Amino acid sequence: MAEQAQKSKEKQLAGVLGYFEDATSLIQATRKVKEEGYVAFDTFTPFPVHGLDEAQGLGRSFLPFVTFGAALVGLSSGYLLQYWTSAVAWPLNVGGKPFNSIPAFVPVAFETTILFAGLATFVAMLLVNRLPNLKRKSFDPSLTNNRFAILIEAPPSREIEDDEPERVLGKPFEEEEAAEFLKKTGATATQKVFYEGWFS
Amino acid sequence: MTTDSTRYQPEVLVTGGKSYEDVNNDVSAPTERLPNRAWWVCFIAALFAFSVGAILAIDMFMRGLGVLGINQPVGWGTFIVTFVFWVGIGHAGTLISAILFLFRQNWRTAINRSAEAMTIFAVMTALLFPLIHTGRPWYAAYWLLPYPNQRELWVNFRSPLLWDVFAVGTYFTISLLFWFTGLIPDFATLRDRAKHPIRKFAYTLLSLGWRGSNRNWSHYETAYLLFAGLATPLVLSVHSVVSFDFAVSIIPGWHTTIFPPYFVAGAVFSGFAMVVTLLIMVREIFNLKDYITLNHLEKMNKIIMATGLLVGYAYICEFFIAWYSGVSFEQYAFINRAFGPYWWAYWIMFCCNVIVPQIFWWKKARRNIAIMFVISLFVNVGMWFERYVITITSLHRDFLPSSWAMYIPTFHDWGIVFGSFGFFFIFFLLFCRLLPTIAMAEVKSVMTPPKVALKEETK
Repeated sequence: MAEQAQKSKEKQLAGVLGYFEDATSLIQATRKVKEEGYVAFDTFTPFPVHGLDEAQGLGRSFLPFVTFGAALVGLSSGYLLQYWTSAVAWPLNVGGKPFNSIPAFVPVAFETTILFAGLATFVAMLLVNRLPNLKRKSFDPSLTNNRFAILIEAPPSREIEDDEPERVLGKPFEEEEAAEFLKKTGATATQKVFYEGWFS
Repeated sequence: MTTDSTRYQPEVLVTGGKSYEDVNNDVSAPTERLPNRAWWVCFIAALFAFSVGAILAIDMFMRGLGVLGINQPVGWGTFIVTFVFWVGIGHAGTLISAILFLFRQNWRTAINRSAEAMTIFAVMTALLFPLIHTGRPWYAAYWLLPYPNQRELWVNFRSPLLWDVFAVGTYFTISLLFWFTGLIPDFATLRDRAKHPIRKFAYTLLSLGWRGSNRNWSHYETAYLLFAGLATPLVLSVHSVVSFDFAVSIIPGWHTTIFPPYFVAGAVFSGFAMVVTLLIMVREIFNLKDYITLNHLEKMNKIIMATGLLVGYAYICEFFIAWYSGVSFEQYAFINRAFGPYWWAYWIMFCCNVIVPQIFWWKKARRNIAIMFVISLFVNVGMWFERYVITITSLHRDFLPSSWAMYIPTFHDWGIVFGSFGFFFIFFLLFCRLLPTIAMAEVKSVMTPPKVALKEETK
């Protein structure tokens, strides 16, 4: 422990983690945390829990727009590749078909649509989740096993502007208070977590 | 349970009163201990089969395609048959993971991981064959990929063979992404369980730093849904495009519009049979009977029977259309299929694919491990012969009797086909050892929540 503390010279508090034993109490507690006015908080679950997005106030993911855009790019580039190679770069008469044989170009254009859309969705999903990030690990092994947790985050180390609206900052963070509050909502245990270089 | 008024009792998907922790322990166990004897026996057998195929393939590359049975007019032999066979096998995984996901069939969670793995390895195996079939696989990239080159030549985009390159290539890529995305949370679980530094390092890399944050889950779930939406038309397109390899030509017996749906139904049929074959072994060897239950297998068997009936309908429909068309070449092609020199192949196909699965009308048969195992093997054999019948009988007698010939596969043909099974099983067995064979995170999300509160009190 002493070594660790030395390594990160100013080990800064990242937030307080409260553990829950089942998904239902997690959702109920998440609602309370949000009602209390906390804005910077997140939940950790071993599997996707339905209803948690609403409780946490998360909107719909924007990924479908990425997929749609990439699909359009895939469709047009797949078609243009075929058009350009078959009708522009080296027009070749194959079985008397027109150089721009639209029906024959459908299958490949379809496949490139799917290919581009799938690859873009995957990359976008990783980027928005800030993955890959090998410094990250679970706060506790039980969080990928059978327990759930809420993290109430400490305010960022940056200077807070005077005119920043309250809805962005949320309820001011007090370590003791947050831990007490999590206990009150049904957390079976609480734990302090520190910045280790993987938070933004 | 939630307090809303619905009193819907969900189907019990995991038996044995398992808790979330049990899921982790049971599924991770095979990756955390040394393999048992059954695994080693299978692995050595697979290595042996693969070496036989590899040695014969190298011999073939050195001596030329003359060592095979292909001739004029039968230019497509067992390699193309086996290519179509393996691509077909590869359809079940994405069907289970994508189409059943869109239909909210929660029972898929127990089997989707291994079915997807099977898909990926089957497509890898399939991809070997067109390359081997060229006889000079190291030149294949020149012919298959549209890349700028000094000859300023481009591939022929009007050819179904090229559509195949794009279809199977895309299918492989998207299946791999879909599979890997599903694995990320489970890699995180294995990482958090790992004790050995090498294991810890490997699973840390593979998990990409997944931590189970719900902000991440939210995007992850959306991406997963999008993958399912993309993979659904893709899986239907792949075997349609494979069938175009045949249907776009003018050979009697190939030039039919029924081919795309007929091939897709056959692919799902053979793929599900292979999934049943593999799952029966996996649940037995790794003791996962509480997760892959008889209910799961019964549902699989129902799909096998339904798609088997579709395939049987296609066989009969082809005959009807040949008669109805009034084209003598088309009529002869089908008479020749069933009663010509390859009658035995046709009737093996017909019995294995249409008659044998009818036993699944009986619930007892659908729920009997021994019966379903034997039937899944029959279906695998039958579906290989289906492709044999389609490819060989149409080619060996087309329009002009002067250009008719017989096709007899040689030792090299059979040996390389045998080797492909070794190739497939090497990957599948390694998968069983190194990766979680059941999607832990997904199973946890569909199982009945364990009574945690009671457990806490007793602690």
